[in-house]
Amino acid sequence: MSRLDPVTLAVIQNGLVQVCNEMDIAFSRAAFSPVIAEANDRSDGIYGRADGSLIAQGELGLPIFVGTMQDSTRAVIEWIEAGRVAPPEPGDVYAVNDPYLGGTHLMDVRFVKPFWYRGELFCWLANTGHWPDIGGSVPGGFSASATEIEQEGLRIPPVKLYKRGQLDRELWALVTANIRIAEQRIGDIEAQAAALEVGARRLARLLDRYGRDTVDAAIAEMRQAAARLMRARIREVPDGVYESVAWIDSDGVVDEPLAIRLRLTVDGERMVFDFRHSSPPCEGPMNSVLATTKSAVYLAIKHVWPEVPINAGMFEPLHIPDPEGTFLYARYPRPVSGCAAEVSQRIAEAVFLALVQAVPERLWGAPAGTSGNFSLGGYDPEKGRSWVMYHITGGGYGGNAETDGLSYGCSTIGISKSAPIEVTEQQYPVLFEHYALREGSGGRGRHRGGFGLDYAVRLRRGRARASFVMDHGRLGPPGVLGGEPGAPNEIEIRFADGRVWQPPHRSKAQGIEVRAGDVIHIRTPGGGGYGRPEERDPELIARDLRRGYYDRW
Amino acid sequence: MNEQAGRAGGLRVGIDVGGTFTDLMLVDEAGRVRVAKTPTTPDNQAEGVLAALEAAGVDLSAVSLLVHGTTTTTNAFLERRIARVGLITTKGFRDVLELGRRTRPRPYGMTGTFEPLVERPFRLEVDERITAEGEVLRPLDPEEVRGRARALLDMGCEAVVIHFLHAYANPAHELLAERVVRELWPNDYVTVGHRILSEYREYERGCTASVNAAVQPVLDRYLRRLEARLRERGYRHELLVVQGNGGTLPARMVVEEAVKTLMSGPAAGVIAAAWCARQAGFAHVITYDMGGTSTDVALIENGVPAVSSELELAYAMPVHVPMVDVVTLGAGGGSIAHVDAGGVLRVGPRSAGAVPGPIAYGRGGDEPTITDAQLVLGRLPPDRLTGVERPVPPAEVARRLEERIGRPLGLDGVGAAAAILRVADDRMAGAIRTTSLARGYDPRDFVLFAFGGAGPLHASALAKELGIPLVLVPPRPGVTNALGCLVADARHDFVRTLNRPLATLDVQDLAAVARAQLGEGEAALGRETTPILGREVRISAEMKFEGQTHLIRVELPAEEVLSGRLTRTRLLDVFAEAYDRRFAVRLPGIPVWLVNLQTTVIGRRPGLDPHALLPERAASDAEAACIGVRPVWFSGRFLPTPILARERLAPGARFQGPAIVEQLDATTVVEPGDEGQVDAFGNLVLRVRSDWEG
Repeated sequence: MSRLDPVTLAVIQNGLVQVCNEMDIAFSRAAFSPVIAEANDRSDGIYGRADGSLIAQGELGLPIFVGTMQDSTRAVIEWIEAGRVAPPEPGDVYAVNDPYLGGTHLMDVRFVKPFWYRGELFCWLANTGHWPDIGGSVPGGFSASATEIEQEGLRIPPVKLYKRGQLDRELWALVTANIRIAEQRIGDIEAQAAALEVGARRLARLLDRYGRDTVDAAIAEMRQAAARLMRARIREVPDGVYESVAWIDSDGVVDEPLAIRLRLTVDGERMVFDFRHSSPPCEGPMNSVLATTKSAVYLAIKHVWPEVPINAGMFEPLHIPDPEGTFLYARYPRPVSGCAAEVSQRIAEAVFLALVQAVPERLWGAPAGTSGNFSLGGYDPEKGRSWVMYHITGGGYGGNAETDGLSYGCSTIGISKSAPIEVTEQQYPVLFEHYALREGSGGRGRHRGGFGLDYAVRLRRGRARASFVMDHGRLGPPGVLGGEPGAPNEIEIRFADGRVWQPPHRSKAQGIEVRAGDVIHIRTPGGGGYGRPEERDPELIARDLRRGYYDRW
Repeated sequence: MNEQAGRAGGLRVGIDVGGTFTDLMLVDEAGRVRVAKTPTTPDNQAEGVLAALEAAGVDLSAVSLLVHGTTTTTNAFLERRIARVGLITTKGFRDVLELGRRTRPRPYGMTGTFEPLVERPFRLEVDERITAEGEVLRPLDPEEVRGRARALLDMGCEAVVIHFLHAYANPAHELLAERVVRELWPNDYVTVGHRILSEYREYERGCTASVNAAVQPVLDRYLRRLEARLRERGYRHELLVVQGNGGTLPARMVVEEAVKTLMSGPAAGVIAAAWCARQAGFAHVITYDMGGTSTDVALIENGVPAVSSELELAYAMPVHVPMVDVVTLGAGGGSIAHVDAGGVLRVGPRSAGAVPGPIAYGRGGDEPTITDAQLVLGRLPPDRLTGVERPVPPAEVARRLEERIGRPLGLDGVGAAAAILRVADDRMAGAIRTTSLARGYDPRDFVLFAFGGAGPLHASALAKELGIPLVLVPPRPGVTNALGCLVADARHDFVRTLNRPLATLDVQDLAAVARAQLGEGEAALGRETTPILGREVRISAEMKFEGQTHLIRVELPAEEVLSGRLTRTRLLDVFAEAYDRRFAVRLPGIPVWLVNLQTTVIGRRPGLDPHALLPERAASDAEAACIGVRPVWFSGRFLPTPILARERLAPGARFQGPAIVEQLDATTVVEPGDEGQVDAFGNLVLRVRSDWEG
């Protein structure tokens, strides 16, 4: 294949990313579940026909999916080759959510669609959507204390959900019989499948325009270009070995901290991320599957060098030896529902804390790094119906070389917006007592961390059960280069009878019963400081005091 | 249109203040048009306005109507030259405006900053609470409000926002607080959240209200100053201002809802596009306004510009009032090209702006831009770039392009320029497709309306890429926004949240809401003193399937809604149709909700004779308009290309591409194989040969 001219290359590269962006937009706009429609907890991409390697991914997709969908696409291909699922035909869509087959947690359901061009398989289109429920012991799926995956919900191996364009009604009946609030899911899966169809139509036009061989050549060149760019960035990082540790409060079952120990070796154009000295597999749901562990590294690197395009070439110079024997390489039946939302963020934190030693000017203090998952579900006697509310939060970002950290940003692995108070109060029998900037929570430093959120919710009617899957409750997000840590996460329930309760596991608890009048009070972490607090500009200190961000410096 | 033209006595003047130039268009009693272009005076836009009036030789005592498009509020916001604003809000929630919706500026990169419009010490709380159902949980104490307002005044606040939780459901507390505050507030700068926007979502409503309060004093001072200067010079009528929804409002009314003047200029451009396209007989239009740093794109369907209530003015700064849906792309003539470390050519998003500007401007810019590429390829006149004092010769620009872009890619200067142009066009086409055509429209039904300094340079190539068969370039592409001021109508929008399933919706209730909105609109029109020739009512609904959060806007037959004859079945059909077109999905089993009802009341103003824009001394055919030939690069080689003078092209003139049409305010590129024709109103219509199926 002759080398492509630079214009055609750039045009096809933009074209492929745009196909993905259009899938992202179509999926969100047509979806029913707010998790997808508002929080954009979904991602769409194009994958290689032979091995599922990532060709292009939408710029509007959830970061945690940056590296996982190629693994699940590869799993589908392997199952087809092994004869465990029927080979593809035009119009088919495979569904899979098995975490051990290139997944995250069970709620993230992938659709994988073969894309045929003029009678030949050209590539795979795939997307992931976070379903609001997948069965299991806890509504919403975020268990704080599961000890095996069966408690976490329905596990779907690669199966053909659409056959020649038609939904398999029997399979669908089996799925919906095993999940909660199933009646609205049909709109979501139609949206998820329709998004892939939108992508197929646009991709066909691109191929009509440039021809199969040219597009193939462009894909190969794009991969090399991304690898070249990634290598060029790594060359700017001083060679050396950089070590870091990030701590998870506990696994939710055994009250002991889990360590993510990273030994990062930078060697010319390569980076090796060695996690093999991390804690062993845990009993509770804070295990991570391999695809999520790797994806967390990729997204952390993408945060540091956003200009590198997301495709398989970007991953080439990043080596992650399998962390065998640790909780970062979970195998069946280890529970994993905390991996995508929490463990992944701590892995990214370890990467940030290692890299800040090498290239301090590009990095930041640790961000809040927890999704702050609070779910409350019960029965509303006035409306005569059951309800489940998921309240996801964020916290402060770390200070960086240029500025203070952002206050109340979303999780490292997410891009979602918060739910408005007015919308939440319309939907559920709750009343927010306050919703405020958490004063003093940003870690002090030359550039201080951003502030977390301080909010309290009162149950207005009936009874409900509260669950929490959060982190950074034991230690706040670390500061760097002499900066102080951000404030740790805090949870407290003030019962109407005067009792005050805090979770024994600080940031995790499941099924705590509350009644009308009880108040759940949560304070999310602030970001870590950057540089020594004594070095801070006195004018900024005075401004922060005037604003009441701190009562003293 | 024709019969209305010129009926109003006196001169009518449209003036639009843009980032670089202030444009004026004047129509006299005989229907003749004059234009003027003067530099914008950023510190006090009124100076530039008066200079433009002077340049056009306008006698203000003979002017019966002056319509103004302004960027005063937009600039004040973007540069944060705003008033000190105080906030009085519900206890426990003063930080809502600082916390936002838990976002970060970019998907990747854990950095970024955000400063709310109201600084924390100026955000005060009162102990009141209303529930989601609109019930008072804790009553409001007027004394407490009074104390807070005094405190804000003591701290030097000039404007104040009153913003309480769930005020859209029950505005009683906001209204009471307003009464108390107005009693002691020394000016009219009191913004009440639900009056600006009566929809739920506390952050969006509060942010919209605080943007209003922040720019209100700035706009008020500017308009007072301008009106005084105009009066001094003999203007005796009301000054009208174009709002972001494309309608006009008298200056004294527009200040109250200052936030609605954001996007005033871009909206005027879209209004002009709709007007021109309607004359030329086109119903569906994509507007394409490319300037030096950015490009504005909007969609016009059936002659009506699409309207959106979800503008995001800057990172985390939503403004949720109805505005013409203008999408701004970060690509303009000054966008910088570079080759990244992976060896891939990229154009934008960085821009050289006006200073240092493109290499060709000779102001010290040394990074290759789109404008430089155009110059090297012979598409721009080498000797007269608008507003450039010390131009760099094309050969020198080509050398720099070769150095910065060509070498890493193995191209010479011309090859590098061609590559930059192609990549830039492709990105713009992609963005246009996503923002407009990807919503389920067939590009073949559209014309591309190109204006702004750089729009007509790129339009043919974009149309080809998008599969749009026709390009329309108006007679004066560089003063289109001023034309928009002249042809804009009076307009009032009213939005009311109903949030009900269709199954339980009483169409008589719907009719009652619409009639009330219509009444408010007519009353507002009645308060204007400028002539209104008739009124038009448009009604639309925002709907969704049960359980969804995104809404789809559908136009409803206004007469049927108002008379209560619109059936629920019909509503359902209209929605299902719109949903299918957008998402290619029909979901017959799922209940449908009507969330918002919007009524728009339009007061028609005297129109403009569409022939008024014709050049006065035009040649009969294209050959006579030819003022030279120069080599211009088209797909792979330089072709000897005729240069046509726009002002000499008369209606009916036809010519084949390649050609370059030059005029003072813009340059139009006609590609080989395309055909140009001047229509009866002086519009240049390009028939674009598509070399692939779009």
